[in-house]
Amino acid sequence: MDISQSFAAAIGLILGGDPAFLAIVGLSLTVTLSAVAIAAFIGLPLGALLALARFPGRGAVIVLVNALMGLPPVVAGLLVFLLLSRSGPLGPLGLLFTPTAMVLAQTLLVLPIVIAITRQLTEDLHGEYREHLASIGLTGRSAIPTLLWDGRFALATAILAGFGRASAEVGAVLIVGGNIAGYTRTMTTAIALETSKGDLPLALGLGIVLILLTLAINAVTYGASRVGARFAG
Amino acid sequence: MRDTLSVLPLTVTDLVFEAGGRRLVDGIGFTLPQGGLTVLIGPNGSGKSLTLRLCHGLLTPHSGSISWAAADGIVSGVKRHAMVFQKPVMLRRSARANILHALAAFGLSRGERTARAAEALERFGLAGLADRPARLMSGGEQQRLAIARAWALRPQVLFLDEPTSQLDPGATRQIEEMLMALRGEGMTLVMATHDMGQARRLADRVLFLHRGHLGEDAEAATFFAGPASTEARAFIAGDLVW
Repeated sequence: MDISQSFAAAIGLILGGDPAFLAIVGLSLTVTLSAVAIAAFIGLPLGALLALARFPGRGAVIVLVNALMGLPPVVAGLLVFLLLSRSGPLGPLGLLFTPTAMVLAQTLLVLPIVIAITRQLTEDLHGEYREHLASIGLTGRSAIPTLLWDGRFALATAILAGFGRASAEVGAVLIVGGNIAGYTRTMTTAIALETSKGDLPLALGLGIVLILLTLAINAVTYGASRVGARFAG
Repeated sequence: MRDTLSVLPLTVTDLVFEAGGRRLVDGIGFTLPQGGLTVLIGPNGSGKSLTLRLCHGLLTPHSGSISWAAADGIVSGVKRHAMVFQKPVMLRRSARANILHALAAFGLSRGERTARAAEALERFGLAGLADRPARLMSGGEQQRLAIARAWALRPQVLFLDEPTSQLDPGATRQIEEMLMALRGEGMTLVMATHDMGQARRLADRVLFLHRGHLGEDAEAATFFAGPASTEARAFIAGDLVW
């Protein structure tokens, strides 16, 4: 099968609504969206807190979080693997090679991005708002809801960046998920496997969906910044 | 009616504020009674803005005291002094939402917030701009909104830090008229400015600051007729003072 035939077959897979194909796409989205939701829930307040708090070693924490944005997915996978493996501290939960383990690993990847970008944005915004907020009695942590709300469009970009990273990575989900067909097989792990097996149409079809997803993320990011500009001036 | 308890007079004694090893406010003291518009005037770096921020509680003095008739200028849990800044701080929200936010920070009920915001927008001629993103309004509109937002908090004392220094003459006049109206209603105003013309137009009382010291504290008429200090005389004459 040459490449043009593979492409045609790939398009057929996408348009045909093959259940196995859709299941892979569905699992990928479920895992990544869950990870992003958890990372946002934890990372937004934590990032804002890091922006406002002053404590010894704060600079080191910021450097560490920024550095973790570049945490290699395979290393994140390895850490979660060690945590969940039978002899690991969370081994008894029996979560290894489940979608839950994949969510956990991707959360670990997305969290530093959300914390780091939130910290930077909130700190800048606080510099601008600080005196007014203090004037109306919103000092310290009580300023956080205002800052997160007013930074919402910029923060959406942070979350989308996290989504982009998680949806594209293969190392972490492969290690902790195991690429079990119909259970823990995601778009990226399936592409890796099918390409090595020579099943190019499936790999290509999933690749096209991934690229469309990336395009959609960027379109939404652009839209968010445009809407934000209308409010922010 | 505990709410009618006054936070005035404000007594400031031997106020000292230092930053970076330099003494920027040096032994300033004055008493602020109810009513009138007091102008803090002096060249850049004379300590006007710092003095306002110290009084409003945004900065902590190195030494000296700021003593309100009610502790911290708070009566029944409500802060009775507000502040308007040189560059208005506009939240990334609509004009109305900017006012609602401040009222929410004061812990008012939803109904009370809505009513007060509508009243403030109406009073300061912003009703037509209520849903406009605040940061897209003109400089004059933004400063009017900042005053409306502060007014909605029902302060007894309003501190203003050079509120018109970045505005054109038309917008400046609008703001000045509003301040005169607020004074007429019994609000106590304390404004920093380095605009001598504005001080002449508005001031009931002048505090002349010079290098962190209180150079003079006089009735406006007395001050402009003939200041006692050479620095103030030079400043009025438009000379540079150091």
